[in-house]
Amino acid sequence: MNVLYIFGSAIVLLVLYIWSLYNGLVTLKMQIEEAWSQIDVQLKRRADLIPNLVNTVKGYAKHEKGIMDSVTKARASMLAAKSMGAKAKASDALSGALGKLLAIAENYPQLKANDSFIQLQKELSDTEDKVAYARQYYNTNVMMFNTKIQTFPNTLVNEMLGFPEKEFFGASDEERKAVKVNFE
Amino acid sequence: MTITSEIRSNITKTYVFMAGFVAFVVLAAYVMGNALGYGNSWMFIAVLFSVISSFASYYWGADMVLAMSGARPADRKRDFDLFTVTENLAIAAGIPKPKLYVIDDTAMNAFATGRDPQHAVVCATSGLIDRLERRELEGVIAHELSHIKNFDTRLMAVVAILAGTIAFLADMFMRSLWWGGHRDRDRDNNLGGILLIVGIVLAILSPIVATMIQLAVSRKREFLADASGAYLTRYPEGLARALDKLHKDKEVLEAATNATAHLFITNPFKEKNFGAWFSSLFDTHPPIMERIKILRAM
Repeated sequence: MNVLYIFGSAIVLLVLYIWSLYNGLVTLKMQIEEAWSQIDVQLKRRADLIPNLVNTVKGYAKHEKGIMDSVTKARASMLAAKSMGAKAKASDALSGALGKLLAIAENYPQLKANDSFIQLQKELSDTEDKVAYARQYYNTNVMMFNTKIQTFPNTLVNEMLGFPEKEFFGASDEERKAVKVNFE
Repeated sequence: MTITSEIRSNITKTYVFMAGFVAFVVLAAYVMGNALGYGNSWMFIAVLFSVISSFASYYWGADMVLAMSGARPADRKRDFDLFTVTENLAIAAGIPKPKLYVIDDTAMNAFATGRDPQHAVVCATSGLIDRLERRELEGVIAHELSHIKNFDTRLMAVVAILAGTIAFLADMFMRSLWWGGHRDRDRDNNLGGILLIVGIVLAILSPIVATMIQLAVSRKREFLADASGAYLTRYPEGLARALDKLHKDKEVLEAATNATAHLFITNPFKEKNFGAWFSSLFDTHPPIMERIKILRAM
């Protein structure tokens, strides 16, 4: 009898453990998906701002065609990117190109004083922040998820549940701070 | 995870505080009712009143606090930095963007309130928005969002309203003592006399007790909110510089009251030096220099 009780309660505990692990993982997975769509929304938002910016700059700085082309190209390749890794890389390239574009604006006082340019610049630097924070939230969740499925004893159970490891979005946070352009 | 346990402890503390408030008011009503010679008739009113105000503070505490501060809703165009910085950090924290309000006052300060992240409010003074750089503002808002995420705001709003109520009741009692109301004195002179003294002591003590609770509640959570805010922005220096500026700002925020002071990121009254030891008991916030030092060491 006693043995039966012990055995029975061990099974109940095991079931409870797997249950809570499974639910925890599903919750995290949903959060990761939501975080990913947030990144996507912000990348799209940034891409939408760029044609306007390029047009405004063109009006004042016709000679900087090279830089403007590189921005347009980076934007196109970001929109074309399908996989997460490709998107992350293209997004970083676009940030770099935009940084250069905004840096040359320093040489054109009239452009710098243009209202719509100032507004665009503000929106753009805000969107850069949004991308960065969305990425941070995404990566934090991915880290929690991966830690959860890789630590003992969860890793044994996950053999059965079969959740695959999640992919980080691009550069680590440290690297990201370094590329981040400060427009102030 | 420490944050989860912090949230749980805040939620529990909120209910304990509400229950404690009901008990305190009923007890006070008993003592004062007897002291004034009204007998136990006050008890029924006290139970009704304290239960209702507990629930009201839970559900409408944020609105009441907001009304007391005289703030206006923020506008994306007019308060661009406040608006976007909050949007961004809400993304980073994984919570919905709180409602935003601005107090048009040149003093620099900010607070957060609301019973949970879905009903949260962040409020900043226009002085803060104008005089902080974007990265510094991020530090302050991240601190406020951490209060929201940790459910500090729920506890603090309830405490603000209920502690304010106790102070108000004590005030009423003192007035009624002053302006008569000593009926039935000859019925039970001895007991009445003792209860009168207890009543007076309670009336003097209660606002002090209320204030102490209010302060004990907020001090250590400022450090925690600083730390989790810094984790959110990954840039402790932003908040450190903002706190430095707030420290140097000597302007008193008129919109703050005794009941709402502990909600703000730094003490809105600045130093009111009446004896260092005594006033340190009433400090709503840990010393700013200490907070800056900890942030810079991160």
